[in-house]
Amino acid sequence: MSVLEITNLKKSYVAPDGERGLVIDVPRFALNGGEQVALEGSSGSGKTTLLHLIAGILTPDSGRVVIAGEEMTALGEAGRDRLRALAIGYVFQTFNLLQGYTALENVMLGQMFSSGADVKRARELLVRVGLKDRLHYRPRQLSVGQQQRVAVARALANQPHLVLADEPTGNLDQRHASEALALIREVCLEQGTALLLVSHDAEVLTQFERIARLGEINRAASPDEEPLSLSTPARGRAH
Amino acid sequence: MNNWNGVRGLLLIVRRSLHQHALATLITAFSIALGSGLVMAVFAIKTQSYQAFTGGEAGFDAVLGARGSQLQLVLNTVFHLETSPGNIPWAMYIQIKQDPRVALAIPYAVGDNYQGFRIVGTTAQIFTEFEYSRGRKLSVEQGGRFFTDGSREAVIGSYVAQATGLKAGSSFNPYHGLIYDERQRHRDQYTIVGVMEATNSPSDRVIWIPIEGVYRMSGHLLRGSGEAFKAQEGEAIPDESKEVSAVMLKLRDPQAGFSLDQQINKQGKVATLAWPIGRVMAELFDKLGWMNRVLELVAYLVIAVAAGSILASVYNTINERRREFAILRALGARRATVFAVIVTEAAVIALIGALAGYAVYAVILAAVKVIVKAQTGVVLNVWQMDAMLWLTPLVMVAVGALAGLLPAFKAYRTDVAEHLAPTS
Repeated sequence: MSVLEITNLKKSYVAPDGERGLVIDVPRFALNGGEQVALEGSSGSGKTTLLHLIAGILTPDSGRVVIAGEEMTALGEAGRDRLRALAIGYVFQTFNLLQGYTALENVMLGQMFSSGADVKRARELLVRVGLKDRLHYRPRQLSVGQQQRVAVARALANQPHLVLADEPTGNLDQRHASEALALIREVCLEQGTALLLVSHDAEVLTQFERIARLGEINRAASPDEEPLSLSTPARGRAH
Repeated sequence: MNNWNGVRGLLLIVRRSLHQHALATLITAFSIALGSGLVMAVFAIKTQSYQAFTGGEAGFDAVLGARGSQLQLVLNTVFHLETSPGNIPWAMYIQIKQDPRVALAIPYAVGDNYQGFRIVGTTAQIFTEFEYSRGRKLSVEQGGRFFTDGSREAVIGSYVAQATGLKAGSSFNPYHGLIYDERQRHRDQYTIVGVMEATNSPSDRVIWIPIEGVYRMSGHLLRGSGEAFKAQEGEAIPDESKEVSAVMLKLRDPQAGFSLDQQINKQGKVATLAWPIGRVMAELFDKLGWMNRVLELVAYLVIAVAAGSILASVYNTINERRREFAILRALGARRATVFAVIVTEAAVIALIGALAGYAVYAVILAAVKVIVKAQTGVVLNVWQMDAMLWLTPLVMVAVGALAGLLPAFKAYRTDVAEHLAPTS
């Protein structure tokens, strides 16, 4: 069953010179439950915008985004907030941990807007990502690698259908990047959560069996190319 | 999310935010505490003063004195403030004492002091028959006794004992006039035979001596008959020469007050009956009504300033917290949740301030209590329940929440995508 279905999704912005430019034009894109896909895209190719559209943070000009059978694009803002809280976990490049909160509280924030805080699960997740002794540390007391682990735990705290990871290793050195990537993939696999990871790092991309080029699925980034569908599993690079 | 989890989540966010901005929170809460405490104190002092001065705790129903102001008469005799409006002849005291409408008549003669505390000449009835409060008579501390009529003995109020250091067995010389002037010392020496138990009334600030002592005090001349009369040692004083400053009256029923008022104030021309004492004092407060309104206005301004300080404090944090709001929204928080966080935060700051306001209130009341007691003998009850003691904190919290609306609206409008991590 698809946890993510995108159909004819379009988003444009008005440039400073007043000209409207299309930044997202994805005819079809789909992701099955538990599937892990890397989305390759260079800077400015609309990766973050696409993730924001999937998460319901941004609204498209047209098209549909369906998350776990519920159409995100048909919902009002409160409905999108609810669906995001229930079905989506988000891992950011800059971690986006709240500085005034402990690691445990940061993870609990990932639950609070869906099923409510579950300290036991939050603690279990932090233990799972290797931060058993850092539950009550604040982000500034943690290394960048540890901070990213907290972010991973937070993304999974609400038991989402889909984790969106936006350049999750972008701020880490190579060793920490490999560890973080392995961790995200392992934990998503354990939880049966689909993963859509955006990166332009070749090291990261090679870890995935399925890679989609944003330039290929997004006609706005590469209008001449045939749009990509990932609704059926493909081997190696997906076309 | 269910409601309980929602509230817990909201409170966690509020708690963390207040903790992160602890200094600003404390400063703002302190200003709220000052405002709240001041407002409660202003209203409590106003209410309690009114009750204390008009509440009928004087123990007497009416005061008969020289023709003049009823207010001056009451202030002079009941509260031992102000000067006496003059004297009335002894015969008038006898006449009112024998009036069937009067249950108790006690003469007062004033005109001397000791270290600023008034010396009141009266009869022993003030101790044996007068009830300063229902069922409660003046009593002396253990080891003391009341004075004997015609003697040079004195009974002092508890506050006088505390302020002057006088005690049973001590002697003192009265000073002429109601204001202490060391050059006005009388030769007569009085011995204290008792210190009164505290009554928390103006009586605590009085020195009681036999009325005859006032008549025989060195340098005093009696003019009851129209001619000056100097009392000599061992010689009886004719009644027609005697005068009293006032006669304190306990009436048999309210109707007696009406008829005496009619007889003395409306038809008579030689004396004044201050009746009822509570109404006379209430008129004073009515005259000072403008001052109450000014105080209330100041109190409302203080609340407005407190609201402004909450608004400024919370509003200033919004810009630096936009990323936090964007992250919370990305995690699924609704705009309404962010809005509620800010309003709750403002209300909680106000609540902390309002609770601390009780300490400010207690300090102000304690200070005012000392001053009022020293000046009038009236004791304010710091913790007497007053609607303002729970209404003010409630209003503060409501005003705090209202002050949070503008910053909450600003937070509400935070654009999530714009304030999340840098886009690629």
